[in-house]
This record gives sequence, C-alpha cells and structure tokens, in this order.
Amino acid sequence: MRFQLTDDQRALRDGVRDLLAGRFDRDALRTAVDTPGHLDRALWRALGDAGFFALCLPEADGGVGLGLPEAVLVFEEAGRVLLPGPLVATHLAAGTVPGAATGERVVTAPAGELLPWRDASDVVQGDATGAVPLASVDPLTPLHKLPGPHAPRSPEAVLLTAAEQLGSAARTCELAVRYAGEREQFGQPIGAFQAVKHLCAQMLVRAELARAAVYAAAVTADPVEIAAAELLADEAAVRNARDCVQVHGGMGFTWEADVHLHLKRSWVRAGTGRTARETEEELAAAL
Amino acid sequence: MDLTYTDEEEEFRARLREWLASVLPGLPPKPSPNDWPGRRAYDLGWQRRLYDAGYAGLHWPADAGGRGATPTQHLIFLEETEKAGAPYVGANFVGLLHAGPTIAAEGTPQQRARWLPPVLRGDEVWCQGFSEPDAGSDLAALRTRATRDGDHYVVSGSKIWTSHAEVADWCELLVRTDPSAPKHRGISWLAMPMDAPGITVRPLRTLAGSAEFAEMFLDDVRVPVANRVGEENDGWRVTMVTLSFERGTAFVGEVVACRRVLGELAAQARKNGRWDDAVLRRRLGRLNAEFRALWRLTQWNVSEAMGVPPARAESRTRGKAGGVPGIGGSVFKLRYSHARQELFDAAAEVLGVAGALDTDHEWTLDRLSSLSYTIAAGTSQIQHNIVAERILGLPKDRPTGLRKDLQKGGR
Repeated sequence: MRFQLTDDQRALRDGVRDLLAGRFDRDALRTAVDTPGHLDRALWRALGDAGFFALCLPEADGGVGLGLPEAVLVFEEAGRVLLPGPLVATHLAAGTVPGAATGERVVTAPAGELLPWRDASDVVQGDATGAVPLASVDPLTPLHKLPGPHAPRSPEAVLLTAAEQLGSAARTCELAVRYAGEREQFGQPIGAFQAVKHLCAQMLVRAELARAAVYAAAVTADPVEIAAAELLADEAAVRNARDCVQVHGGMGFTWEADVHLHLKRSWVRAGTGRTARETEEELAAAL
Repeated sequence: MDLTYTDEEEEFRARLREWLASVLPGLPPKPSPNDWPGRRAYDLGWQRRLYDAGYAGLHWPADAGGRGATPTQHLIFLEETEKAGAPYVGANFVGLLHAGPTIAAEGTPQQRARWLPPVLRGDEVWCQGFSEPDAGSDLAALRTRATRDGDHYVVSGSKIWTSHAEVADWCELLVRTDPSAPKHRGISWLAMPMDAPGITVRPLRTLAGSAEFAEMFLDDVRVPVANRVGEENDGWRVTMVTLSFERGTAFVGEVVACRRVLGELAAQARKNGRWDDAVLRRRLGRLNAEFRALWRLTQWNVSEAMGVPPARAESRTRGKAGGVPGIGGSVFKLRYSHARQELFDAAAEVLGVAGALDTDHEWTLDRLSSLSYTIAAGTSQIQHNIVAERILGLPKDRPTGLRKDLQKGGR
C-alpha cells in the first residue's frame, strides 16, 4: 500500500497547473465572467490538444490511456481555477462522440434536473426534451432546467465533479490564508487573530479530509466511497467558499473579489448530482 | 496512489490473524476499569504474549529491540488487533508509544539497555509527568523544579493528568532545570523511578466516574543525573520528539473501532425501530462518510511516513525541525475528535432516552469519555493554532494596544 501520488501523477498535476496558469489566468477568468454563455473554443481545443478530454481513452483509440486517479487530479486543477464549460460531460464522451476527445466538439449531458451549457454545446448526450432556461446563479455556468424524472449520473461523473469541488475548496483555503496574512487591522495582520486563524485551519481540515475521500474513491471506484467523496467534497467546497468570503470581510462581498465565483460554482456543482439527503441515505443503506 | 497491500503485507496480516485467533480465546477476563493492579497485570500479560510471539515493539527500530516494521505493517497490526477484539495497549501506552521511542531516539546506549527491554517484555510500566495544574495547554509553562545536588537532581512540584501513575514503575518527567532561561529552554527530560521517596499519587475521578488519571506531588524527590535523557536544558526538544510519537499512530485502532461501532449502531437501529427516523438515518450515513474518509486519511498519513525509518528518523525529521507534527497529525486529530463525539451522540439517539442515560451501557461510557478527545493531547483550540501557524504559515497572535493595557492591570 502506498497511498501517495506517484512521481508521474505529481508531474501530471504540475503540468496541468502550468497549462491552466498560461491559458486561463485571472484576466481570462474575468473576461469569461463578462461574456456570459460564451465558451472559449480556442481554449477548449487547447485543452483537447493537451489530452484533457482523452486522458482515460485507451492509447489504441488515440487517447492517453490513464485512469480515474489521474483524471481526478486533472479535474481538481480545473476546479482550482474555475475553468468553465461542460468539462465532465465532454471528458466522459471521449471515445463515443467523435471530436470530443480532441476538443473539436463540445458535449454536454443532463446532470440531475439541470443541463449546463446547452446552447454553447455541439452535442447533448441524453434526453433534453422540454429543457427551459434558468437564470443561473453562477455567471460562468449557463443552466437549463429539465422536466420530469431524471436518470442518475454515472459514478465517474459524480467523482470528477467531486474532484472539481476539492480543487475549489483547496483554492479558497489558499485565498483566505493569503488575504489573512496581508490585510492589517488593529496594527497586525488579521490572520494573527485566533477567530480568523481558526476559520482558516478549519478550511484546511475540510479540504484535506475531502482529498483523502476523493483520492481513495478514485483508486477503488467503489460506489460507497464515491458517495462519501461527493458528500465531503460538496461540503468542503461550499463551506470553504463561505468562510473565504467571511475572512475577506467587506471585500469578500464584492463582485470584484473572485470568492463569490467559487461559492456560486460550488453550489451549482452540488446541485448537479444527488442531493445531500440522497447521498446520506445511500451511505446509511451501506451500513 | 495505491491502496492494495503487497503479498508480503498480506502474508504478515494472515500470520497475525492466525496468531490472534489462537491466543485470544485463552486470555483471562478483563478487569474492571478502576481495578488498577488488575489492569496492570492484564496489560503486562498481553504485552508478554506479544513479546513471546515476536510482535513487541513492532514499530521500534531493530537496534532498540524492536522489529523495525514498516509503518504499513504497524497499520495492519493495529487494524487486525482491533478487529479481533484484542486488548488495547493499556497501561503500556506511555512506555511503548512515548517514553520508549524517545529513549530509543535520544538515549545513551546505557539508557537504552536499561529501560527499553523491560518495556518490550512487559515487565515495567511508565507514566507521563508532563502536564501541570497551572500549565495546561501551555506545556512549557511548567514549574516543577530540579536543582543539582552532586550526581542527583532534587525535584519539587506537582503534575496532573498522569495516567497509570498508581501502578507505574517509571515516569517520563519534565522539570525546569534553569528557571532564569526563556520558558522553552531550561527544561530537562528525566526518567524518575516511581518508588523514590517524596512522591505522592492521588487519583482523580473523571466525569465518566472512573479514576482515569492522577495528581502527583513531588517533594524533594532525588533522581540520578544519569537518568536525564538528552542534554540538560534541552528537554523541550526531547519532548517534541515524544509528542510527535503521540500524534503519529495513536488513533489508528480507534478509527477501526469507530467504524465497527457505527455498523453496530445501524444494526441496533434496524432492530429497535429507530431506523425509521430519517434524520437519524441520515446522521449515520454522514458518519459513514466521515469515518471512511478518516480511515483513508490514516492510510495517507502512514504512506507519507513510509520510506522514513521508524523512531530514529522521526526524531531527525520532526524533532530537530522544532517538533512540527506532520500535517496529518493535527488535521486528523481535529476532525477525528469531533467525529467521535458525534458518533456517540448518535449512539445515544439509537439507544433511546432510557438507554442513553444508563451508565451500565458501554456506549454511554464511551459518550462520556469522548468529551476528553477534544481536550487531551492538545485541545482543539491549540490544534487549530498549530494548523494555522505551522502548516498555513499565519502569523502568531500578539497583544494589541488595548489588550496590552488590560494585561498590565489597567482595568
């Protein structure tokens, strides 16, 4: 047993982080916010070229031939930078929808009662009959609402979404710590006050527990482990974003600070799977 | 990332299971919680069996008499012994997990030869004389004094929360050897024989009703200078070595136990009708996620420690770096201690009103004792500070103008 990243996995994670820092920096993020519903096709192709969507496709089919643990690391990085678009659906469509693996075609799919990015996508996988637009709380995720009963998401989709939540939770922890170390009040950085310090520590604890759950679920692909990962990653992303707003004080409540984008995206992600109630029931049933 | 165990590790597990199955049925009945001599005999007897079977000091380095097992083997050992319902380390806790590894890492060859074998064989029990009434979480604020008199230290002061003090042969004792030095310096680490004249032990009754630990009063107790481990006034660094052992693997078996309890709670609830309560059911579901993740975090932490030789290297990497516990230690303890309290609160719900108030029920006692988990070995508040300052790098708190005035006495 060696439950740690391998050197290759570390290199993959660092490579994706560098790629995203170059292709989707803060300016790109704010541009995306200012052009709601617009998907940057050049960026999508660049992700395709880098193997983002073909990661788990066998090499014989032109893919990278890696597994779920590697995909989780990549989606964690996407979550960190709030990369927009139907990433999970396109990734899972690689190999079945022509052009998905290379980033030439954008694929979306119903997720619970929601359908993200319908208008900007080339292909909708699944039944989207009767979808009506919804004024999405997240300026970076256009949404439609679907009528009637909806099929459950695949375990892979749930897990990759949890990985994005993990990335967001880790990122908001970093943002809070950085701000708490810089912002001075009463003659010292606010991070010196225990009230602020303890908020930050709790953010780290939440993110690290979610990390253990998400990585383990990626290795085992066990449905109960995936449910645990979903529950803890949703909680870490949402609560860390809220605490990050709190640490930022008045600044945290402005549109200019990026924190609200993490909060809103984490709400949307949490809303695209099972509800927490359903997940808890599944975890109880497994006892 | 790999969660499968190697053939060698599985073989180790299989042999251990076989041995546990052969030895456990023959164990004497467990003494009652407040029968201290009985508990001592029971725990030492178990240690002797481990020793005879070659499982004593599994995680100790081989040159200290241990087996030099890998952290993964140690994890398997703790997992399997808990699953099989084997006795806990009990009264041998301090000797095996604190004092022993500290002496192995920092002691002279003579000290290692004198103190380590009896711990492994199950001949001697140690207790921990760190905490003091006025110090609390500010461990370095200790005041117990030791003054040199020839080749002895003369020790006076008092200690508190001293587990197993009544039945211990030795005490790992922190004393102030230089009162004029800054508080983290001027401390020394001594091995004090518990039969020395001048030691008074008074048991303390906990809120759970048991005499779990004791107060200890030291009145001109003479301890040979040769019993000092590490340099004089260098005891804080030695202590940090000890504490890093405390936070390392102390909770592995407990997480396994909590997962077992959670399964029992669900079974009990299904039997007595409480399972129909959706709020309670969801609570148990959430705890399932929590304890699964805590187990995975344990495996993550243990894997992180792999490749680092046991005990000896831990003092090198952690002790000399200022005793910073691994990221896993404090993060794990924070979440686990609260999750444990939630688990036994849920147990009370499953038991129903009368059951939850019945102190004859094991779960009620566990519920009461779970309150100590967010206090012992560094309160949650202290752990939050450790995480924030040493892992996240946030600045230390310093008094502002108003608070400075208040502290100077301006009310």
